[in-house]
Amino acid sequence: MLKHRVIPCVLLKDWQLVKSIGFDSFRTIGHPTSTARIYNARNVDELIVLDIDASLNDEDINTEIIKDIADECFMPLTIGGGINTIEDIYKVLNAGADKISINSKALNDLDFIKKASSIFGSQCIVCSIDVKKVDGVYKVFTKKQGLLDINPLELAKKYQEYGAGEILLTSIDKEGSTQGYDIDLIKLFKNELEIPIILNGGMGKPEHAVEAIQNGADAVAAAYIFHFSQYTPNDIKKELNENGISIRKIYE
Amino acid sequence: MLNNKIVIIDYHMGNLRSVQKAFEKMGCDAIITNDHEMIRSASKIVLPGVGAFKDGMKNLYELGLIDILNEEIIKKKKPFLGICLGMQLIAKKSYEKSETNGLAWIDAEVVKFDFKDNDKKFKIPHVGWNNVKYKNDNKLFEHIPDNSDFYFVHSYYFKTDEDIVISTTDYGFDFISSVNKDNIYAFQFHPEKSQSVGLKLIENFVNLKEHS
Repeated sequence: MLKHRVIPCVLLKDWQLVKSIGFDSFRTIGHPTSTARIYNARNVDELIVLDIDASLNDEDINTEIIKDIADECFMPLTIGGGINTIEDIYKVLNAGADKISINSKALNDLDFIKKASSIFGSQCIVCSIDVKKVDGVYKVFTKKQGLLDINPLELAKKYQEYGAGEILLTSIDKEGSTQGYDIDLIKLFKNELEIPIILNGGMGKPEHAVEAIQNGADAVAAAYIFHFSQYTPNDIKKELNENGISIRKIYE
Repeated sequence: MLNNKIVIIDYHMGNLRSVQKAFEKMGCDAIITNDHEMIRSASKIVLPGVGAFKDGMKNLYELGLIDILNEEIIKKKKPFLGICLGMQLIAKKSYEKSETNGLAWIDAEVVKFDFKDNDKKFKIPHVGWNNVKYKNDNKLFEHIPDNSDFYFVHSYYFKTDEDIVISTTDYGFDFISSVNKDNIYAFQFHPEKSQSVGLKLIENFVNLKEHS
């Protein structure tokens, strides 16, 4: 039986890993390689690293750091941020990533998803959607283009149609809040997609992961909880297990 | 022939470095190459791969690797480890996008998951950690508990009637997650991405005695 994943999702900025709160105010969580090493030692199910320098400043993707991070990861590694060309994907995969996450490029060029998935396979292409709730309506948000009048679920369905293998769905309102995932948001997505959804933003205690998965998330991503609370990814998995949700067993 | 010279075939299909790193972690250097002489001098051959079947076969063909692989693995019986796409490529054919012939080392087909007629809808790709149920004792599973979780990421799976299945995995039904025929070992999951149990499997491959 397929297990539900618990995935740390951290940001790369100025050669450091950081955690944002509501997409602003960054807190440094550590050096990339030592953080990756710790996550590997703790047997996390996967690691997502988003390079925000590359995505915001049109800088080249920092393949040096990605390579260093990948060298520590004997679990799946997803890298995102600043992916604009097929060449970028080659570079990131050659540096040791297993999957790539695409956000703004996907939004502005659906055919890029089609092309990327036909070359690298759907399983390699994660499409990332950032969502903000405005007057009770969910809208797609990007740092560069701001709030867009696009329905996130419709967008996710488009991504699926064009060959995305997974959706990374982040609630900006909840992000860094520790108040729990956006359950209304994931409820909208439940049973609507054929591809897995990783829900991100808001986990503050293990119960939040249970709630997210019971309401339709295939996997949960988080950062704040792992760096600024006493909970480890294994604590989350223990809670999931106690609630009858299948998780990966670790044999020591 | 050098003792335990492991070669990872570079045919421009995905996470070669991850696989190399896993060998290094287990104390064994592995060379990433598509150089014909280098492959001929190898004692063991690894075919990893992420991506589309058709591209994989096309690249093997264009790099002139098909005859060499046939020679070294089928004729000389060097231990072979196929991972993910590297497993699928040893089948007779795949139906990924359109019908494509594979290396045909095993009488098998590669087909897409299809849950249209299931009550419960399973998502495609099958991505994440899933347990591997052993069919029998296999050298490569030594010291790895039955039903350990390995990392999978694929939309197509391997189908064969040959009596070579060494494990299955449940995703809506029991599909074939690994096979072993003589010197050929192939896994749908990614040992290089499955932390301790995966590294153990890599180590078991390193420790395999050569066939010939």
